[in-house]
Amino acid sequence: MRPAPDLVCCPVCDALHRLGELPEGERARCARCGTVLGTGRAQAILRVVVLATTSLVLMTIVVFYPFLELRQGVFGSRASVFDTVMTFSEGIMVPLSLAVGLFVVVLPTVRLALLVWALLPLSLERAPWDGAATALRWADRLRPWAMAEIFMVGVAIALVKLADLATLSMGPAFWSFGAIVVITAFGDSQMSRHTVWTALDTARSTR
Amino acid sequence: MDGSGHGSLHALTARDAGLVGCRTCTRVCDAADDRCPRCGARLVSREPMAMQRVWAWLIAGVLFYVPANVWPMLLTSQLGRTQEATIVGGVLDLWDLGAYAVAIIVFVASVVIPVGKFVAIGWLALVVRRPHGHKPGQLLHLYEFVEWIGRWSMIDVFVVAILAALVQFDLLASINPGIAAVCFALSVIFTMLAAMSFDSRAIWDQIERIAP
Repeated sequence: MRPAPDLVCCPVCDALHRLGELPEGERARCARCGTVLGTGRAQAILRVVVLATTSLVLMTIVVFYPFLELRQGVFGSRASVFDTVMTFSEGIMVPLSLAVGLFVVVLPTVRLALLVWALLPLSLERAPWDGAATALRWADRLRPWAMAEIFMVGVAIALVKLADLATLSMGPAFWSFGAIVVITAFGDSQMSRHTVWTALDTARSTR
Repeated sequence: MDGSGHGSLHALTARDAGLVGCRTCTRVCDAADDRCPRCGARLVSREPMAMQRVWAWLIAGVLFYVPANVWPMLLTSQLGRTQEATIVGGVLDLWDLGAYAVAIIVFVASVVIPVGKFVAIGWLALVVRRPHGHKPGQLLHLYEFVEWIGRWSMIDVFVVAILAALVQFDLLASINPGIAAVCFALSVIFTMLAAMSFDSRAIWDQIERIAP
């Protein structure tokens, strides 16, 4: 057997399949383990690019505007995401500070930027930029480490814990961050490895 | 092969065909290829050290989980008095506050999921070593569930970070992170790496060995 363009390997169980062009809205699953191998969505790449770009713009609001505001009598405090990240900035806590910053802000942002870099030219039907394959591969690898949605649940729990200690209000960054979580989740649901990589392949060969 | 025999246990694998499948982009490559020509990912038909790696990360995760539960996670000082709360202590505080739903969420994320993950990954790693009678579909569901849920354990670390960032009123009240926050975060990261090191293709390999 020789490697062929229509030959696809299930990443989960290693079973081989022949997969042609998929009709719009159709999914191809692995015959053995049921993993989704490809989705027939011609517009998927454009959608992913638009959603990722929107999230990136919102991310700038998240970093620079106050996230939560706490009031108790004359005392008040404001925390931006940056403050939250810097909480552990003393002594042995520094690595944790870095980890929170990475998981909540840096990795989600880098992942979105990599997706845009790899897929923007494709969505405009141009030849891909240099390093598109590397960018797309890293976007895939970083996926489990981008934990913005988990941070949002953390915020909700912190609100409950502080509810009777003081009055809390949400800043613009809070709502932007919530939007990013929803938009990114929707964008990821549009992605299928086989579909995206085949599109990149085609774009490269017609260069 | 084209979905006709859905759910059947036997299938022609890339390894059987003398090829290597890329796990990043699903391309099928020559066995001699070192990296995938399409996406550049490293290619291995079966990772020889995969199980050792799973065990190493898993043991590291368990080791850090112990101090994470013994040492304080949260240091709360109010009017000069400092209180220390462990992970379980924080859950009990929430329960006393009457926030039952939140107490349950934190308990599940910080205790049930980590402990469940240790057991599940260890069990999977033991089971796939020899031919097993378990349905591969069920093992895969367990593995995918474990891999998906693992990141959610980070909730408590983020809660501590947010609380500590917000509540800094000098003498009146302040909240600071305890050393357990570091241990817990490391434990979660190590168990995520353990789950990622597990090669799901091993679940099926043994079945083929029993009845070729």
